[in-house]
Amino acid sequence: MSATNLALRDTSTMIGRSVRRSTREIDTLLLSILLPVMVMALFVYVFGGAITPEGGYVDYVVPGVILLCAGYGAAQTAVAVAGDMAEGIVDRFRTLPILPSSVLVGHVVASLARNTVSTVCVVGVAYAVGFRPTAGSLEWLAAAGVVLLFVLGFSWLSVCVGLVAGSAESASGFTFFVLFLPYVSSAFVPTETMPRALHAFAEHQPVTPVIETLRGLLMGTPNDAAWLAVAWCAGLAVVGAVGAAVLFGRRGRAR
Amino acid sequence: MYGVHRNNVGRAMSPRPEAAIHATDLRMSYGTTRVLEGIDLDVRPGEVFAMLGPNGAGKTTTISILTTLLRPTHGSATIAGFDVAREPRRVREVISLTGQFAAVDSKLTGRENLLLMARLHHLPRRSVRGRADELLERFDLVAAADRLVGTYSGGMRRRLDLAISLVARPQVLFLDEPTTGLDPRSRQTVWDLVREVADDGTTTFLTTQYLEEADRLADRIAVIDEGRVVAEGTASQLKSGLGEAFVELVLADATQTRIPTDGSIEHVGEVLANIRRQGLDVQRWQVREPTLDEVFLALTGHRAAPTTDVIAGARR
Repeated sequence: MSATNLALRDTSTMIGRSVRRSTREIDTLLLSILLPVMVMALFVYVFGGAITPEGGYVDYVVPGVILLCAGYGAAQTAVAVAGDMAEGIVDRFRTLPILPSSVLVGHVVASLARNTVSTVCVVGVAYAVGFRPTAGSLEWLAAAGVVLLFVLGFSWLSVCVGLVAGSAESASGFTFFVLFLPYVSSAFVPTETMPRALHAFAEHQPVTPVIETLRGLLMGTPNDAAWLAVAWCAGLAVVGAVGAAVLFGRRGRAR
Repeated sequence: MYGVHRNNVGRAMSPRPEAAIHATDLRMSYGTTRVLEGIDLDVRPGEVFAMLGPNGAGKTTTISILTTLLRPTHGSATIAGFDVAREPRRVREVISLTGQFAAVDSKLTGRENLLLMARLHHLPRRSVRGRADELLERFDLVAAADRLVGTYSGGMRRRLDLAISLVARPQVLFLDEPTTGLDPRSRQTVWDLVREVADDGTTTFLTTQYLEEADRLADRIAVIDEGRVVAEGTASQLKSGLGEAFVELVLADATQTRIPTDGSIEHVGEVLANIRRQGLDVQRWQVREPTLDEVFLALTGHRAAPTTDVIAGARR
């Protein structure tokens, strides 16, 4: 078998491993679905009336909730990677005649699979509470692409965090950071309403252009941030993947 | 036994490629901390070689270098003729490492762990399942095969760990403290399994801080202390450095005395006669050979881990 074939085979074996592990962590998967559902209920039924008394807030908030869910789900990758690093199994992987990074690719692909499932669930619930997007099938496809790219970027970033975290417990701190990112973005309220410092942060963090793009695709709102969104996500993915490769290689030599 | 036909003359004359493990002047330092200060090793195919030393002596560092996990600051090593720094992939094809902490995936079942490793070792697709079944059988894990490894006991994890290491029939098996933390019964089982694997002809390199373990398993032992090999040989060679045997006396005031002897009836009789003449109040006495613990003490000036203190192991 050629080197490329072997690398592909190793990577798919590792993907199989990570996906299987994900199916064993039902609590994590459930939480990453239940949490956004609760957030959605909270914003639509509790705050929604106050934010937009004339109704229709659900259409504004759903793209944000989708990303909140996807971001949190992607950040779980950090916990999975940190867990692997803390167990002896990574040393065993390193002494195998395989592509060393295949274990990390396995985690990222499993994250994409997990988040596809949970995003579909969140969209289903959104429909149930009255979300009525104007998107046609092309826009839906583009929206799916944006969410997957966002998950890819944040998953690779999470891999880096998982590699330096040292333990699953400290990696889980990162998931909370990511969970709160959408609050300081245009996810729930327009950023103009925020104090100046927060407004500046909200305008220039990756979640805002991604949400604006998603909202533009699903609701037909004006959107000029699409390229910025793609650049952020692709940038995070590339920087994260390169960083992960470096960190993964270095950790072997550091102990 | 393996050691019999391998005398030192044969070893010196055997060409280098024959060595299963060969290391020259391995040094390792982190900043100003020197972990290894020049380790030379020569392990022949089929041999069970133990590196014996206390915690922090450099055992795990050595094993990490030999298994391509670490690059040494200085020196070189080959495994089955392949250079660990220049041909890590070739080395990885012929070795297997069982690390200090059971390297198993606790979110998978025992069988899934074996299948995963068989695939990663690129075993032919059709033989993957059969090989897993065979190892589950051999390591007495059939009943637990489809349970998550997270539910396994320490001994079961170790057995699975060993089984995983053997999936691809490695030429050289590395075991880093294989029984640390195990209860006496599991330790005995692991010893039996390692012995069995070695008897199949797999070269085995193990580290241990238990003198008894090295004594039981190894054909040859290197005693390592503070990054240096301070002695090397068979267990009996190491012991004979302290003299063949001695008469050990415990006196009424609990003081201990040792009198070297060649162990012959004549000499021991003479020693005992002498003691009687001196009128010492002897509580107990025995003739015995030195233990490896005493060897270690004599070689390094300090004691190694307690010989059979399993409780101390389990606490780790």
